[in-house]
Amino acid sequence: MIYLDNAATTRVSEEVFEAMKPYFCEQYANPSGIYSFAGRSMKAVDEARRSVAQLIGAQHDEIYFTAGGSESDNWAVKAAAAFCQKKGKHIITSKIEHHAVLHTCQYLEKQGYEVTYVDVDACGVIKLDELEAAIRPDTILITVMAANNEIGTIQPLREIGALAKKNGILFHTDAVQAYGHIPLDVDALHIDMLSASGHKFHGPKGIGFLYIRKGVRIGSFVHGGAQERSRRAGTLNVPGIVGIGAAARLAAASLQERQEQETALRDYLIRRVLEEIPYSRLNGHATDRLPGNANFCFRFIEGESLLILLDQQGICASSGSACTSGSLDPSHVLLALGLPHELAHGSLRLTLSEETTREDIDSTVDAVGRIVERLRSMSPLYEDFIKQNRKREA
Amino acid sequence: MYSEKVMDHFSNPRNVGEIEDPSGVGTVGNAKCGDIMRMYLDIDDNGIIQDAKFKTFGCGAAVATSSMATELVKGRTVTQALEVTNKAVMEALDGLPPEKVHCSLLAEEAIHAALWDYAKKNDISIEGLEDPVK
Repeated sequence: MIYLDNAATTRVSEEVFEAMKPYFCEQYANPSGIYSFAGRSMKAVDEARRSVAQLIGAQHDEIYFTAGGSESDNWAVKAAAAFCQKKGKHIITSKIEHHAVLHTCQYLEKQGYEVTYVDVDACGVIKLDELEAAIRPDTILITVMAANNEIGTIQPLREIGALAKKNGILFHTDAVQAYGHIPLDVDALHIDMLSASGHKFHGPKGIGFLYIRKGVRIGSFVHGGAQERSRRAGTLNVPGIVGIGAAARLAAASLQERQEQETALRDYLIRRVLEEIPYSRLNGHATDRLPGNANFCFRFIEGESLLILLDQQGICASSGSACTSGSLDPSHVLLALGLPHELAHGSLRLTLSEETTREDIDSTVDAVGRIVERLRSMSPLYEDFIKQNRKREA
Repeated sequence: MYSEKVMDHFSNPRNVGEIEDPSGVGTVGNAKCGDIMRMYLDIDDNGIIQDAKFKTFGCGAAVATSSMATELVKGRTVTQALEVTNKAVMEALDGLPPEKVHCSLLAEEAIHAALWDYAKKNDISIEGLEDPVK
């Protein structure tokens, strides 16, 4: 099997799993207990909190553990909206956010908030001039992702953060795809809130966190207990927290090396696909993109067919095509780039990890080439295209 | 999520291709919803469908329903081909996931579109057939 869907989830690394193990059957105490058995669990939680904070230049008491990225996004956006509603009810975001942010914004619109969805350019970079122009006296929150989950484009967080700061607006970033993969510093980037998720960087599923800058007084999202300084109730997920902490430590130690290795392999993949497969295009920015992300469109073919045939070759990949998730609409991200529907239906996302080898990439490119050719041979769009070309030549 | 039959007809589609100078050809669907189906029919003087071919841009279900539809109309009369409804295609494939039912409708429409073209070319009317593109 060749696994190239690391943006969906990653393999829990052995070291992370080993670190978590004692916290199931041996050190199982609820860390909120008063006895020393509980204290040992709390100590492990504290250590994890420091590791997680360190990777983004945050203080340990600015990290609030959650059940994952979607909860963190929901918390940040909804609680910021509620907290700031006396100042105004206007939120700015981008058109290519993850649905955890987009659908939350749509929910808030029903509650009487106004949301501006700022456009991106053809590479998927938010249009800063439009973002700045969208700022109003009643704007309370700017939420823009650190890097896009489909096309991998990295957003200009420093510039967005500076704009937010200059105008006294809270700045939240969904860093679920970026955390642990590219350097992020909450102070340098003027980030007030940041969402991340453990399983995107070789930690376990079901654990994430929200960074909330000290002084940002948004309310709690899950009520019912004094955990997480009374801001997020619920018994602490100790094994998960230990896991995300271990994953953050490992990510910090290897960040630069991994970035270089994955970027080189990714660029090799992109070069081979664009050179060898006709009528293919790269989606997203050529260089300002996540080290492990490649996203392509192949004209005249549809994404789901390509994925099923790749699966039959033992290759796990995904598509921007929402077809697989039961919706008939193509990816909102690809449409925001200005791609026509026909092209947006034929996308392929391949996401690498440090475990991906050059052989994996070679086999995948060969398989993609064969499958694209096969699907084109049965595509009426390709048939029309070839016939038109022949006519033009004649 | 797909039945074995759907996977079989997707992985080994029957009757992919074109027919030169077809008795009837019809294209249905659009790129916006992600499925385009084109069906070619070769119909003899007795009104019997001697051959059927297809080309499809679409998901696994779209390919499988096209493949099954061509199988179901081959050897049938024009009137019998009208009985190959979306339900018939779906049943022959042991069902489709709910969000893919529209693919079987597209297959029915493709048959109708090809028959409509055939009727127009020969200036005949086929009972029960209406212009599917209308």
